[in-house]
Amino acid sequence: MITAERKPLEELIEYVRPFKRILLLGCNECVTVCAAGGRKEVGLLASGLHMALLKSGSTIEIREHTLERQCDPEYVEELVPMIDGVDAIMSMACGCGVQELARRFKGKPVFPAVNTKFMGASERQGVWAERCQGCGDCLLGKTGGICPIARCAKQLMNGPCGGSTGGHCEIGDDVDCAWALIWERLKELGQEERFVEIMPAKDWRPGGGSGPRKIIREDLAE
Amino acid sequence: MDTFEPVIVAFCCHYCAYTAADMAGSQRLTYPSNVKIIRVPCSSKVDALHIVKAFEMGADGVYVAGCLEGDCHFKNGNTRAARMVDYVQKYMDEIGIERERLEMVMMSAGMGYRFAQVATEITEKIRKLGPSSIHAAICRQHVDTCAVVVE
Ligand code: SF4
Ligand code: SF4
Repeated sequence: MITAERKPLEELIEYVRPFKRILLLGCNECVTVCAAGGRKEVGLLASGLHMALLKSGSTIEIREHTLERQCDPEYVEELVPMIDGVDAIMSMACGCGVQELARRFKGKPVFPAVNTKFMGASERQGVWAERCQGCGDCLLGKTGGICPIARCAKQLMNGPCGGSTGGHCEIGDDVDCAWALIWERLKELGQEERFVEIMPAKDWRPGGGSGPRKIIREDLAE
Repeated sequence: MDTFEPVIVAFCCHYCAYTAADMAGSQRLTYPSNVKIIRVPCSSKVDALHIVKAFEMGADGVYVAGCLEGDCHFKNGNTRAARMVDYVQKYMDEIGIERERLEMVMMSAGMGYRFAQVATEITEKIRKLGPSSIHAAICRQHVDTCAVVVE
């Protein structure tokens, strides 16, 4: 999933301060699962903004709404009847959702309420960790299902650097060395020979190196 | 300000603090009527949103009362509630509400005396802090109907 974290309240207050009525918009997908921008977080932020502004003597009307998905035009279209009544939109979705709103509602200022962080998985309740950087040419089949692009600090392709110690990465004891994980997993799979295969230098073009990426499915595209 | 009577919301777990409140009643122990009790099935059932909404509506203090450590009816609801309270206190720092206005307390069902004591102590603490800045701001907007003295 795409993970995110709410921005500091101070920054958000400055965004909304000039407006009388705003639409605070959550998203029911990834940001709900990582507890950053779902229906509940919309309620919490609306309350916090109300109170912080009330303290400084101003008031604001905040309409709360949460879309099934904010990165699909079909769902964003639902907002049409609500838009005229508000001066600005604050979105708690990831950057994709925020941009979809900006594209659809040209005349309305749109602000992000969260910092979009990474594509990750839940390690345990309340903890999310980076797992994939969308390199466009997945290597997991060769690396025992562990990603050296997202999980090795140096994105090494052929085994660990000299800083790998006791399974930890040299950047910190709380970070697993991706290549130590890969080696352990290859051993479990009886695929140690994969470790000695030399991987060529990675072509970063499919990973964004040649500009913004797009997928076109001819059979589906209209 | 001497006449200020704080509004305090106490979220009380059914298996401990709520029963302790009952016990306090049957023992004829008095505690301040400022404390408005909301019964919950477990302290972990209290959500950050409930607490924040209480402050938004003008509560001067809020506390969550759960079972003694290790005694939660649902295993670890009380420790989870304590972590949630810490989290809300950080949010209160951001909003600009003193974090002392929110507290997590623990007691067992048999502690009628402790229930009354906690209710009294927290009421006194909040009385000293005065009205929350949100309560005061609400009162400034409704000067004619609000009971709190606004400076
Ligand atoms: S190899 Fe590329 S696509 Fe595969 S998990 Fe890593 S970053 Fe993602
Ligand atoms: S210690 Fe391991 S994960 Fe860290 S940079 Fe070196 S090879 Fe990569």
